[in-house]
Amino acid sequence: MEKLRYALYTGCTARESTPELLKSTLAIADKLGIELVLLDEASCCGASHLQDYDDFLSLVLNARNICYAEKLGLTMVTICNTCQLNTAMTKHRLDTNPELKAKVNAKLAEVGLEYKGTSEVTHFLYALVQDFGLEKLAKMVKVPLSHFNIAPFYGCHNIRPSELQNLSNGGENPYNPTSLDDLIIACGGVNVDYAEKNKCCGFHAELQSPHTAAVLTGNAIAGAMDANADWMVTPCPLCHLKLDVQHHAASKAIGRDVKLPVLHMPQMVGLALGCTPAELGLNHHVTKVDFV
Amino acid sequence: MDALTSQQVTFKIFRFNEETDYLPFYNTYTLEVTHEEVVLDILNRIKWDHDGSLSYRRSCRHGICGICSIKINGKAILACKSRLFDLIKIFGTDLTIEPLSTKRVIKDLIIDKKDFWEKHAHVNPYLVSDIVEEPTSEHLVSPHDAEKLNEADYCIQCGACHYSCPALAINEQFIGPAAFAAAYRFSADVRDEGALKRLHIVNQEAEGVWDCVKCMECAEACPKDVNPIEKITKLHNMIFEANIAKNNVATRHAVGFAHSITKHGLLDEGELVRYSEGNIGVMKHIPEAIAMFKNGKIVMPWNMPKSKNLDEIKKLVKSSSTVKF
Repeated sequence: MEKLRYALYTGCTARESTPELLKSTLAIADKLGIELVLLDEASCCGASHLQDYDDFLSLVLNARNICYAEKLGLTMVTICNTCQLNTAMTKHRLDTNPELKAKVNAKLAEVGLEYKGTSEVTHFLYALVQDFGLEKLAKMVKVPLSHFNIAPFYGCHNIRPSELQNLSNGGENPYNPTSLDDLIIACGGVNVDYAEKNKCCGFHAELQSPHTAAVLTGNAIAGAMDANADWMVTPCPLCHLKLDVQHHAASKAIGRDVKLPVLHMPQMVGLALGCTPAELGLNHHVTKVDFV
Repeated sequence: MDALTSQQVTFKIFRFNEETDYLPFYNTYTLEVTHEEVVLDILNRIKWDHDGSLSYRRSCRHGICGICSIKINGKAILACKSRLFDLIKIFGTDLTIEPLSTKRVIKDLIIDKKDFWEKHAHVNPYLVSDIVEEPTSEHLVSPHDAEKLNEADYCIQCGACHYSCPALAINEQFIGPAAFAAAYRFSADVRDEGALKRLHIVNQEAEGVWDCVKCMECAEACPKDVNPIEKITKLHNMIFEANIAKNNVATRHAVGFAHSITKHGLLDEGELVRYSEGNIGVMKHIPEAIAMFKNGKIVMPWNMPKSKNLDEIKKLVKSSSTVKF
């Protein structure tokens, strides 16, 4: 098989509050022989909040990010569900609306860029599941995670709205997603099922609606705990931050002590591939990863 | 056509009578279902052949009255529109049939939608216009202007999005996606003169659009592809365009992204929290900030990463910005 190459859009969080996400992504790409070219020119995707303020500006900025993947002639991979949503949404809107695309391109021309629509946008999880292949990954596992009950937490913006996300996520059904479960199994782990695995963590309303956000976080961790999970795994750094850092507020909001280690998807894969905790940045978690 | 023409399916159906039952329970039926049948056919068969006391709402049978909405394995559907074979593809052959909201049940699958209608009424869901009592011509809307509704007028008030919204399930003050879509539908109508009043209603803290958690559940739940979250985003935009956005944590949280992108290309996460909360409000985040700092999760201002070719981003922000705060 030809070597897989992607343009990596890190998003902001992987460069700031979750450095372990970028570290572990690069570590497993290296082990798996996937080449990731960092898009250092990219800006923030707006996280669906800039979109609330200035929709057109968010389209221009996201289109600019995609331009840099197009220049490389590569598919863009994201490692944050919200980056995935906003980038894929921009691509979809521009690809289906020539008038809007022309308006955006008129702005991009000012900086010598043109959005063409030639690069696909997909989350790294789906690049692993669909392009790399779980069978191949399973064969490379050195340390099967067979001692662990692992709770997948999918994160909204990889699976909904399915009409958009199905363009890149292989038709994952948002009411019964399976990719992350399959990945856990490929890593030798035991996937646990619970009602909150495809629900919202509350991240986006944390500042303006802290109670709602904390209850959602609490319900998610409680659901995983009740399903006997040893830890959780998520492809989204925003879900990670909410579940890893906010368990005190979450416990208070739902009236029950909840707390579980929460790993980033590449950290889990890295453990199975035999990466060291240091290579995966496991020391960066607020809820300590005490099982390795 | 599907290879199988019939399959055996086990249905677990939620039962509760608020007048006689202390707790809800489930009845289980195993039935052979055909590839042509929709959920409503199954409900009818159970009622007519097995238990006449099963209660549910049905009317048009054409996906337009919105009355038969229920949940199957947590997914809101119109019973008259959803084929069993499509649901089996998602969930397999064990299906749990429940009302849209288990806490609002009157009997079995019938719920009291009072809260839904109150929220709906709250946003003035009608055209506000000084009409000429004796018009001499029709008040026509051009196709171009009609497109501005973005199909928000397709809503059939079934409640699928309303009872799938997690923000609403926790915060009962929240107006919710269906009523927001209605608020947008009339505010985007060129004949309407009530937009500003409506925007003030959806601009309130706790109940307004700012408390949306952006989970996209409403877009997924809607059987008519109204895409309520898209309308919620548009209401946010209209609030800024109408210059009625209040200076509070929610609005600053949105505007803060533009500030940060202009300065760094990337988002300065710490500064966003400070800007959104204000210098005093930010204090409550200190415990978690310390925990994050100890674990190397906080980038200090002097180490803040910046996008390459930042001058391009600055130029684009300047030339492409469409609103001011």
